[in-house]
Amino acid sequence: MDSTLQILQDNLGKALLDTAYMVVIATVIGVVLGTLIALLLYVTENRLFTPNATVNTVVGFIVNAIRSLPFLILMVVLIPLVQLLIGDPYTPTGGAISLSIAAVPFFARVAESAFSEVDPGLLEAAVSTGATIPQIIVGAVFPQALPSFIRGVVLTVISLIGYSAMVGTIGAGGIGDMAIQYGYNRYETGVLVIIVVILIVLVQVIQWVGDWLARSVTH
Amino acid sequence: MSDVNVIAGAGRDGASGTGTAVAGGADDAIILDHVSVTFHERGKDIEAVRDVSLTVARGEVYGIVGFSGAGKSTLVRTINLLERPTSGRVLIDGRDVTQSRGSRLRDLRKRIGFIFQGFNLITNVTVRENIEFALKAGGWPKSERQDRIKELLHLVGLETKLDSYPSSLSGGQKQRVSIARALANKPEILLCDEATSALDLETTEEILALLKRINRELGITIVFITHQLDVAKAVFDHVAVMEEGRIVEQGATFDVFAEPRHDTTRALVERYLGVAIPPQLVTSLPSGIIVELRYKGDDALEPLISRVAREHDVSIDVLHANVEYFGAQAIGTLLVLVSGPDSAVPEALDTLRSRVFGFRKLDRKALAAGGGSGSERKA
Repeated sequence: MDSTLQILQDNLGKALLDTAYMVVIATVIGVVLGTLIALLLYVTENRLFTPNATVNTVVGFIVNAIRSLPFLILMVVLIPLVQLLIGDPYTPTGGAISLSIAAVPFFARVAESAFSEVDPGLLEAAVSTGATIPQIIVGAVFPQALPSFIRGVVLTVISLIGYSAMVGTIGAGGIGDMAIQYGYNRYETGVLVIIVVILIVLVQVIQWVGDWLARSVTH
Repeated sequence: MSDVNVIAGAGRDGASGTGTAVAGGADDAIILDHVSVTFHERGKDIEAVRDVSLTVARGEVYGIVGFSGAGKSTLVRTINLLERPTSGRVLIDGRDVTQSRGSRLRDLRKRIGFIFQGFNLITNVTVRENIEFALKAGGWPKSERQDRIKELLHLVGLETKLDSYPSSLSGGQKQRVSIARALANKPEILLCDEATSALDLETTEEILALLKRINRELGITIVFITHQLDVAKAVFDHVAVMEEGRIVEQGATFDVFAEPRHDTTRALVERYLGVAIPPQLVTSLPSGIIVELRYKGDDALEPLISRVAREHDVSIDVLHANVEYFGAQAIGTLLVLVSGPDSAVPEALDTLRSRVFGFRKLDRKALAAGGGSGSERKA
């Protein structure tokens, strides 16, 4: 019992910080770049904006290609790239890069589906006012898609917490790393149990906050 | 109907839209010149609009009626180029806009308001923001937007709903907001796509009154498409009847509906004006011939009926009567039972036929079976 407490005291704080660091960076990059790619897919697909089958197909293909790799494999494939970028891939920053590269196409599809749910009649009305495409995206599509968009961010954050455990196992640190090192390799069941409880509570809280936010922007 | 082809000479631009020469006069707000729209869907060509030509005068309310699927929605969308014609030209104020793109297209759309059956408001923002969206599109400076929003809401009678969300409004109120949005940039033209079809009877009348007022006071030309003849007769100056992508008949509203020449128009009018008698009543009627007479409101039919009855020694019983007003003019429909000696009845019918413009013998068997005389009349 002493050793369990000791391990938690020594490592849990840093592990949580590392996980938070990786997940936050990957979420921010994923949401920003993913949204831009989603907008590109959306405006090139919709006949009321600037339909462009070539751009749509090429971008769609790249997004699907990255998404078709299971994260475990993508992570391994990316090791040389990460090494090239920052030197040591087995750090939280290295983990954050791999996670970001997975998060961008994931969120791109999530955001694209949120935009596609916007009623085409509403788009016709918006286009009929003579608004520009940016005006329509900002003033009509975005407010209308916001609840789905927020739910998509929550989905992404929760998926990234899961993926962050995987980058942890190959040495990038974080709560997944800790669970494997102590709970699995050193038979510290107590550590494993505590981490499981923390993960459950964390995911519940994120989901709850996300749902509340999504509801508050739905009218 | 006495004849299949009544040549009334009443239709403006002649009998049909197709083939009409287009000469853009100064008073023509909208001219569609041989417009066709073809969609390609799953390897098939669907001709939604076929060679339609029509002219809408400045300041009038021009209606397009037809059953659903006739191509009305597609046609009205060619006016602000939400649908670009596959062939043909769209002229606004005499200028060919068919190939407008980019900022020229956006400038054109600012001059043409559009309201929809489903309102199409941005539901996650307030009434104020919905209208402000259009004002931003129109390039209104921030300092003037709030005054303009209040002015527009005053016009549609919704001043108190400035900061409400659309979900808290009734259907009629939502349509008022969408009218305010459509008028935000002071358009010269307002397009209405089944704008009252989602509303109840009373609300429909309120919205029509509002649109009429906008038409009259602001001088905005309105193009209104609907399948509801109530709407058509209440507000349209001119009407075009559409079927399978074509305009089959057009002219002044009263003329088109009083003397429909095309089967589709007749079917629409029948559905609306047709009188129905309960099938069980038909079987209990004395023997005789049931005739539907149609007359214009200025003809007095009562004296005619009693005179014919007296002259030919037959009895004429009125089974059902109905009068509908198109603007200031009325169309009456009368269902009568003519009975008497075998020799006298045909003569009496001939006399009646010569005195009314609509005459149709009805089949008793069909009536008793519940069909026949346009019994689908709307409630």
